Amino acid sequence: MSAGALALKGITRRFGGHTAVDNVSLEIAAGELLALIGASGSGKTTTLRIVAGYEVPDSGTVTLDGRDITDVPPQNRGFGMVFQHYALFPHMPVEENVAFGLEARGVPKAKRLERARSALESVGLGGAGHRGIQSLSGGEQQRVALARALVIEPQVLLLDEPLSNLDPTLRQTTRDELRAMLHRVGVSALFVTHDQEDAFAIADRIAVIRKGKLLQVGTPEDLYSHPASLGVASFIGRATILPAESLPVEDRMALTIGDVRREFTVTRAPGASSTGRAMKVVLRPDALELVSPDSSGAWTGEVITRRFAGANAVYRVRLAGDVMMEVESTKMDVREGDRIGVVISREPVPVVEDNDA
Amino acid sequence: MRSARAMRGSRGSWLIALPVLALLLWTVVYPNAAVIAGSFENGLGHWREFASSSADREALTTTLFISLASVVASLIIGVPLAFLLGRFDFPGRRILRAVATLPAALPPLVGVIAFLFLYGESGLVTRGIQRALGLHEAPWRLTGVWAIIFVHAYTMYVYVFLFVSAGLERYDTTLDEAAAGLGASSWQRLRRVTLPLLMPAIAGSMLLVFMTALGSFSAPYVFGGGIRVLSTQIVASKLNGELGLAYVETTVLALSAVAGLMLFRWLERKRKYTLAGKGSATRRVIRSRGAQIAAAVLASVTVIVLVLPHLMVVLVSFARDGAWTTQVIPPEYTLDNYRRLFSEAQLWKPIVNSVSMALIATAANVVVCFVAAYLIVLRQFSGRRLLEILVALPWAIPATAIALGLAATFNRNDLMTARVLLVGTFWILPLAYFIRDIPLVATAVEGSLRQMDPSIEDAARGLGASWWLTMRRVVLPAARPGLVAGALLAAVTAVGEFVASVVLYTHSNRPISIEILAQLRALAFGTAASYSVLLIALVLLMTLTARTLEERIA
Repeated sequence: MSAGALALKGITRRFGGHTAVDNVSLEIAAGELLALIGASGSGKTTTLRIVAGYEVPDSGTVTLDGRDITDVPPQNRGFGMVFQHYALFPHMPVEENVAFGLEARGVPKAKRLERARSALESVGLGGAGHRGIQSLSGGEQQRVALARALVIEPQVLLLDEPLSNLDPTLRQTTRDELRAMLHRVGVSALFVTHDQEDAFAIADRIAVIRKGKLLQVGTPEDLYSHPASLGVASFIGRATILPAESLPVEDRMALTIGDVRREFTVTRAPGASSTGRAMKVVLRPDALELVSPDSSGAWTGEVITRRFAGANAVYRVRLAGDVMMEVESTKMDVREGDRIGVVISREPVPVVEDNDA
Repeated sequence: MRSARAMRGSRGSWLIALPVLALLLWTVVYPNAAVIAGSFENGLGHWREFASSSADREALTTTLFISLASVVASLIIGVPLAFLLGRFDFPGRRILRAVATLPAALPPLVGVIAFLFLYGESGLVTRGIQRALGLHEAPWRLTGVWAIIFVHAYTMYVYVFLFVSAGLERYDTTLDEAAAGLGASSWQRLRRVTLPLLMPAIAGSMLLVFMTALGSFSAPYVFGGGIRVLSTQIVASKLNGELGLAYVETTVLALSAVAGLMLFRWLERKRKYTLAGKGSATRRVIRSRGAQIAAAVLASVTVIVLVLPHLMVVLVSFARDGAWTTQVIPPEYTLDNYRRLFSEAQLWKPIVNSVSMALIATAANVVVCFVAAYLIVLRQFSGRRLLEILVALPWAIPATAIALGLAATFNRNDLMTARVLLVGTFWILPLAYFIRDIPLVATAVEGSLRQMDPSIEDAARGLGASWWLTMRRVVLPAARPGLVAGALLAAVTAVGEFVASVVLYTHSNRPISIEILAQLRALAFGTAASYSVLLIALVLLMTLTARTLEERIA
């Protein structure tokens, strides 16, 4: 299977007065797995449908290996697509569903059924070919949809919330299987999700979209440690985001809570815009630590909730001035209601520009 | 750039839609417009004529009274029966459930005839009671407004029963349990929870009964005696050559239908919720001995009343023509009636006519309604709303009005005004049947297509399927249950159609229903009844064929 390199340039799509996709440019290298992540209504599904050919953009182009395919109808793109609710044909048994794309390509019946069966085997459903769609569990349907999309050997695979209909335990294992399989077949994949856990587990790179605009594209580590904007910082990972005081020294800022002021080094994402607006610091739970309340220089407060998370625990702490802060700590003996101190345990701290988000 | 394909998509839809839109405008809208225009052909002259005619005023009020009374009577029978069968278990429940919808299986005219044989002046029940009580005269005469309402109640309560039963099936009984837990008495639960939630279903069925009763022709025609209703007035005016007056009467009838439609739709829409629950099929078993016996007796009586008309038609079909005069039951039996149907060319002709005209109309319905439903459900294009309205329109127009419109339009060849001479030819009746059944078939197909996940059409195209392959392998199979059910309903209604036929038939294309009426007039009760049995048999045969067909494909 040869993977294709996909590029979106300046894609815009309006519905009436509403701009669903606003000047989005995005590149997916051959064989890369890219997740497009955003809240519902952010324009991610419209973007996916434009790539698939079900929607045509008002402006902008979609190219595959440099060839403009913006106006090519979906049946001539040869992309594989896994729909959110799988869109399996309810009146065809499993193997006919999988073989349908080959039927459309005029592959003789015996040949296409044989290929369908081997595709089913590769998703762990060998022998299920004669079963009806209704008799399949959600996880099995998801794998049939995947086999159906892959059997046509697409250059690009598109997945619309492929895991959203699976129960949580199944979802965990399916993430790893999906990533392994996509790498094994070596297809370029664009998948859309609102769940960052899915995106982190499956994708090589993640693109964050919000209100139709692409906010940032990068590896999961990039987005977590170097968010380019307030939107990305608040959407990806958990964080306490607070306005901070700039210092004359570059890369240093200060944060005052109650009567305790602390200085620390900060970092900005490369290429993040600088319009001179006030800055905010992004305090990740794992970059904070609990200390004894009388430690010098610690912000002090009261533990409100405690959530057990295996090797560590996540505490919500109410600091002076009702500032809520989430702290992840290996200290397991702190209880709700305890007085506690909080310090920054990892620097530099990411900062973003304060905007209307 | 976009717009190359976006427009191609929309242009493609228009390309498919245009022939269908044109056909519907020509056959549905144009004839009715011609009727309305015709009513004004000498200004308000015909309208004044209508307003000053006491017969017409009486016809209008009688029509409305009968229609509303039919609604009330159908509710009185249909709602309790649906509750009884839906909520309780008792001896005889299954058989009662099996026969509860039987009246709907009778073609309209056949039901009327069965009532004549049973409850008419010389009917079996009437004579039986007369003999038993030793009366000199029949205890009642099956004539006038109440006779019509009686027949309507028998045939039309089925709509109420079906709608309310379906509502009860989807009804989540935990709502009742919740109300009971909050301390509501069973009467409070019924009044405050159950009935309000069933209101959309009840209003829907009331609308259906109202429309059917409004356009009803057979019962007033046979039992009317001296009374007049609009549908019979229309035919009478047309036969008298007073076409202008007939157009006014038709317009008034159609307007009444539209008013009724708006009234009941408003009632239906007032409630914004739907019963989406799975429902639970818990039926309370009637345990008390007394209640059990009462329920069983009630069930048996109901079953007998429901089955009797069918049995009576079968019985009379074996009666020798002319032999049944003053006896309670026909005295002489023979197979001759049936033998003659199949051997005498004059009697065989209507059977061939009805079957072939029904098949032609149904085939046209299947093609046109599939395309329309496909466009309505799966395509986004600007003509969709118009198409929806055109497809639903024939449902709001009483059959007599449809027939008169066709008679007013397809009465001569005139290309300038898009008229084609069909009146007096074989084709006018299949056309009328086709128009009457458009909403039926289209609704059935739309229902099937709406159940289909629209993304499976996208999925097929994404997998490389051409438009035609997608159609053949994905859309058509999804539409199939609706197509089969819709075609069956269309064929069943068409084969027994009477109301439009009586306006438009000629001797050479007379359908079975018209021949039944002719035999009845000649007092050939046996022949009329054997036609009726044949009609019922045809309906059964078609139902079975459709069912086996569906099972074989599935």
